[in-house]
Amino acid sequence: MMGGAFTFNHFVYLLQGMMWTVVLSALAFVLGGVAGFGVMLMRTARTRLLRQISFVFVQLVQGTPLLILLFVVYFGLGVVGIELPPLLAAGVSLMVYSSAFLGEIWRGCVESVPRTQWEASECLALTRWQTLVDVILPQAARIATPPTVGFLVQVMKSTSLASVVGFVELTRAAQVVNNSLFTPFLVFGIAGVLYFALCYPLSRWSRSLERKLNVGRRQAA
Amino acid sequence: MSAVVKLHDIHKSFGSVEVLKGVSFEIEKGEVVAIIGRSGSGKSTALRCINRLETIQSGTLEVCGHRVDDQSLDLRALRQDVGMVFQSYNLFPHLTVEQNITLAPRRVKGVPNREARALALESLQRVGLAEKIDAYPEQLSGGQQQRVAIARSLAMQPKVMLFDEVTSALDPQLTGEVLRVMETLARGGMTMAVVTHEMAFARRVANRVIFMHQGKVWETGPGDMLADPKTAELRDFISNGL
Amino acid sequence: MRYNFDFASLQEYWPEFLRGALMTLEMTVIACVLGLVIGVFCAIGRRGKRKWLATLCGAYVEIVRNTPYLIQIFFIFFGLASAGLKLPIFAAAVLTMVFNVGAYTAEIVRAGMDTIHPGQIEAAEALGLSTPQIYWDVILRPSLERVYPSLSGQFVLMMLSSSVTSQISAEELTGVANSVQSESFRSFETFIVVAVLYFAMAMLLKFAFHLFGQAIFPRRRRLGTPL
Repeated sequence: MMGGAFTFNHFVYLLQGMMWTVVLSALAFVLGGVAGFGVMLMRTARTRLLRQISFVFVQLVQGTPLLILLFVVYFGLGVVGIELPPLLAAGVSLMVYSSAFLGEIWRGCVESVPRTQWEASECLALTRWQTLVDVILPQAARIATPPTVGFLVQVMKSTSLASVVGFVELTRAAQVVNNSLFTPFLVFGIAGVLYFALCYPLSRWSRSLERKLNVGRRQAA
Repeated sequence: MSAVVKLHDIHKSFGSVEVLKGVSFEIEKGEVVAIIGRSGSGKSTALRCINRLETIQSGTLEVCGHRVDDQSLDLRALRQDVGMVFQSYNLFPHLTVEQNITLAPRRVKGVPNREARALALESLQRVGLAEKIDAYPEQLSGGQQQRVAIARSLAMQPKVMLFDEVTSALDPQLTGEVLRVMETLARGGMTMAVVTHEMAFARRVANRVIFMHQGKVWETGPGDMLADPKTAELRDFISNGL
Repeated sequence: MRYNFDFASLQEYWPEFLRGALMTLEMTVIACVLGLVIGVFCAIGRRGKRKWLATLCGAYVEIVRNTPYLIQIFFIFFGLASAGLKLPIFAAAVLTMVFNVGAYTAEIVRAGMDTIHPGQIEAAEALGLSTPQIYWDVILRPSLERVYPSLSGQFVLMMLSSSVTSQISAEELTGVANSVQSESFRSFETFIVVAVLYFAMAMLLKFAFHLFGQAIFPRRRRLGTPL
């Protein structure tokens, strides 16, 4: 790796880091999505206690920096004797982070389905769960897709913080390369371009989904 | 007596569609002119050309001594002389009635803040809404909002006022209060160009009616002409309503 | 295996934590004020007639929104240093924050401006207001009132994100936490304390924004309805 100029090997090293960024993002997004679904269910539950617990959870996660959450998980699990590999520490904290945000996004979508849909289903003798699965979620999912894709961009960018606990994803890889070459504009510029290549298409997709949704709504109205 | 608004052979196109095909008319000082016609006849466009919300492609257009067709026109000077009231009121929702009325006098004419309230009150009295001076637009009915919009124009002391289908967005029971305010203004000697669907108003208040059809002035005459149309198109327009 | 929490040994570091928290707030306030200015001009630039300016502003917004803040920090801080411009760390940290929050602000403000009906602008033109006056009185003020909740939310997020500037050794709250934990060997407790402090600051900031909003938007205060 040592040497004065940026070589093809450096670029390959960055690409490897980029691959880990994708892996970590996917891990965080999928696990966070599952947990976020639980958060959404609790936030919209009939039991008051469940709503309160999940509300506090969301407030706490949204009110603390992800970096601090990462440190708490990293050092916290370390001191109770669980030696976490950096990938797992980063994965767990990103999962917690994503679950709070996704849970809150999805709650908004579920609540934007008109109340009358619940009432109509109740009149048809559907259970609450049947109503949710067969009536509410299919409608909410359409509304939820654009912000969910948008949040995936957020997750992707957030994985850069895993570099802080030594996990070699794209940002860490860029730091390593820069430490040997000290050409920060070039190295971090390339890393930035790679992140952009991952995130921008998703951003565009999210926006076009949203536009389609708005057009569909206007036509329905 | 010289005309304050002079349109001569005005042509105006949106893209490839020509909406005004050589429109000419004049409005004398103190005159009230009603412009009627089907939607798409170019009547609103003609009105909007007068204060240069639309730019014309050819023809001459002079308003209160301003050459509106001239590129070097002082737009803000023109607009101080010409007031306009819109179909959708266009009050500023974040400002109170007083602030809506005094915004332009303060910003454009430099009326000091301490005199602004008195000015707002005076304008509001002319439309009968003095008690609403501190309300926000959303707290008013459509008819009241439109009267405030008229007061807002009046506060600039315009020499000519343009009304662009100002009652079209209102419920029938609210149009009366707006038309009454306009009638009072007309009787007070204001020069007015009124694009409207209210035939009764046109007949009773207007000194002259201009019927536009297919981008041209089709027929023109005193309010009575509506009772005795010369052209088949005007007859058709009157009998079929809009 | 049981872990014995020891928050007591962190007591002596209170002044440090306080200093860090204040610096975080200071950085946030400066960055948000400057970021708002940049965001507003950028939003206006994107709507404007000059094509190159609209493209430039659009590119800035997209680049910032689609790359991690940490990469932006490294690019700016180490990049400037390699070009011979060695900024004090505080200034460098604030610079990266302004660069970042400016783009998000631009996007929010632009969305607000898009909600202004063209009739509003026509009415203002018909009243003889000049273009700058129209921008200020008829477009910007109601836009800002309308997007104030998103805007203040974004500023709170910026406060939280500022923790990342610890990576270029800014001595804000997270930076302080890093030195405290290495001195006290109480990493877990340190970051729990800091998490609580950030949470309290986020609440404080939200409340401050609420009060500020009431003060500068009289319509909202009196009617309580969204614009």
